[in-house]
Amino acid sequence: MAQTNSPQRSKAPIAAPDKIPVALTVNGVERQLELAPWTTLLDALRDHLDLTGTKKGCDHGQCGACTVLVDGRRINSCLTLAVMQDRAAVTTIEGLATDDVLHALQQAFIDHDAFQCGYCTPGQICSAAGLIAEGRAKTADDIRELMSGNICRCGAYPNIVAAIQQAMGQS
Amino acid sequence: MINFQYARANDVADAVRRITAEPAAKFIAGGTNLIDLMKENVERPPLLIDITRLPLKSVEETAAGGVRIGALVPNSDLAYHPLIEQRYPMLASAILAGASAQLRNVASTGGNLLQRTRCYYFYDTATPCNKRDPGSGCSAITGLNRTHAILGTSDACIATHPSDMCVALAALDASVHVAGPTGARAIAFTDFHRLPENTPQRDTNLEPSEIITAVELPARGFAANYTYLKFRDRLSYAFALVSVAAGLELKDGKIAETRLALGGVAHKPWRDRSAEAALRGQPVNQTTFTRAADVLLRDAKGFEHNAFKIDLARSAIVRALTQAAAGTPQSQSNKKIR
Ligand SMILES: Cc1cc2nc3c(=O)[nH]c(=O)nc-3n(C[C@H](O)[C@H](O)[C@H](O)COP(=O)(O)OP(=O)(O)OC[C@H]3O[C@@H](n4cnc5c(N)ncnc54)[C@H](O)[C@@H]3O)c2cc1C
Ligand code: SF4
Ligand code: FES
Ligand code: FES
Repeated sequence: MAQTNSPQRSKAPIAAPDKIPVALTVNGVERQLELAPWTTLLDALRDHLDLTGTKKGCDHGQCGACTVLVDGRRINSCLTLAVMQDRAAVTTIEGLATDDVLHALQQAFIDHDAFQCGYCTPGQICSAAGLIAEGRAKTADDIRELMSGNICRCGAYPNIVAAIQQAMGQS
Repeated sequence: MINFQYARANDVADAVRRITAEPAAKFIAGGTNLIDLMKENVERPPLLIDITRLPLKSVEETAAGGVRIGALVPNSDLAYHPLIEQRYPMLASAILAGASAQLRNVASTGGNLLQRTRCYYFYDTATPCNKRDPGSGCSAITGLNRTHAILGTSDACIATHPSDMCVALAALDASVHVAGPTGARAIAFTDFHRLPENTPQRDTNLEPSEIITAVELPARGFAANYTYLKFRDRLSYAFALVSVAAGLELKDGKIAETRLALGGVAHKPWRDRSAEAALRGQPVNQTTFTRAADVLLRDAKGFEHNAFKIDLARSAIVRALTQAAAGTPQSQSNKKIR
C-alpha cells in the first residue's frame, strides 16, 4: 500500500529500542517482563503471559473485547502500552473466579445464557465488573449505556443486561 | 506501528525539555487516540514521552470562583467530580455523551482537546489528505463526506473536530493553560482550536514544544438551564453528526445570558456570538430559538453527502434551547429526545 510520509519525521533510522523492564501484578501474581515499547497491554497478556482469555477484536478501542481491570478500573487493553502500566495491578477474566467458585458475574452469564459464540464474553464480564465497582448504574438504561463500549456481534444484549442486573442484586 | 523510543517525564519542565530536544516526539497520556493513529501509521513519532506520572491530576476551585482541571484528569473522573456535576453539569453531560466507559476511564483532559479528526481519509494512508500530508489534496471534498463540516470549511480541508467535551468547554468560556520552553501562557478555549484555512495540518494554536497543564473554567456554569444534545448514527459509542451545548440564564421570562456551541459541524467547536446576541434579551419561545439557529447557520454549506446536517443542526439548536429553557436536560442514559 502507498505510504505517505509524515511531514515531521526525519529520514534517519531510529536505533532499535532496548527492551524495557515492566513489572505487572496480574491476577495477584507478580510478573516481570522485558518488552519492546510498542507492545500493548493486550499483546503482553496474550503473547507474553499466555493469558489468552482477554480477546482481540478490533485492536482499535471500538469493540471492548480486550477489556481488563487496571488498578480496579476497566480499560481497553489494546489502546495502552504495557510499559505505561509498569507496576500496575491487572485483573483479567482468568483472575475473577476464586478457587473453584465462579465470580457472581460468570455465574449470572451462565444462568441467563448471556452469550452465543462467547468471543465478547471475557470483555463483557470484566467491563461489568468495572461497572459494578463504579456504582453509577441504577437502571437498565444506565446498564445499557455504560456497557455500550462492549459490542456483541451475536446480539446477546438483553441477556447480558439481565445477567448484570442479577449480579448487581447480589453485590 | 513502527519503531519508536519511549521515555518517561519526571515533571512538567522535564517534559518540555524532552520535547524541545526532539520536536517530532509526542507526549502520550491516555493513549486512546495516539496509539490508534500509530497503529494506522498516521502518527509516526520517533519518541513517545509518557506524561502519565506528572502531578496534573487534580480538580481544584480557583480564587475567581471557578475550577482548574489538571491535564491528566481522566474524562470519567471529571464527569463524576462533585464540583463538575453540581456546577458545570453541561460539561459532565458532554463527557458522558462521548466514547465508552472504558475509554473515558483513561482518556485525559489534555488528550481530549488534542484528539484528531475522524475523517476516513485522514486515517487511510493510501489516500491524499492535506491534514496528514500537506499539499497532497483533500479526498473528502469530492469523496465521502457524510460526517464532514458545514461551517468554516476551506478548499484544503472539511474535517470536523470530534470531541464532545470540547463543545461544552467552548460554551463555558474555558481557558487552556500551557507550558513551553519560554514559560507558561493561557489560551482562550475558542482560540485554541483552529479553522483549516490553508494549514489543516495544524489543528490547534498549541506550539509543538508546549504541554497542556490544565483547563480552567470561570465561575459561570449555567447549572440550572443547560443541555448537551448529541445526534449520531447509533445511540451510544459513536461520534456526533451534530451536537449542541446550550446554557441559559432566565429572568422574567426573558433570556438574560446564554451560551450556544455546536459539535460535529466544523474544524473546531463552533461558538457563534452573534447567535448568542440574537437570544439575549429575547422572550423564551420557539421564534427566538429558530431565529438564533438561522443566525448561527447563515453561512452553512453542505457537500454531497452532508447537507442533511444543516437541517439537523437547525432542529438540534431549537430542541436544545427548548430543553435548556425547560430545565430538562437531555439524559445520556435514556436517549429519548423530549
Ligand atoms: C472507539 C472510540 C470512540 C470514541 N468516541 C468518542 C466520542 O464519541 N466523543 C469524544 O469526544 N471522543 C471520543 N473518542 C476519543 C477520545 O475521547 C480520545 O481518544 C481521548 O479523549 C484522547 O485522550 P488521551 O488522553 O487518550 O489522548 P492521547 O491519545 O494520549 O493523546 C492525544 C494527543 O494529545 C497529545 N497530548 C495528550 N496530553 C497532552 C498534554 N497534556 N499536553 C500536550 N499534548 C498532549 C498527544 O501527544 C496526542 O497527540 C473515542 C475514541 C475511540 C477510540
Ligand atoms: S477533510 Fe481534511 S482530514 Fe479529511 S481528507 Fe480532507 S484534508 Fe484530510
Ligand atoms: S480489541 Fe480492544 S476494543 Fe476491540
Ligand atoms: S457472544 Fe458472540 S460476540 Fe457476543
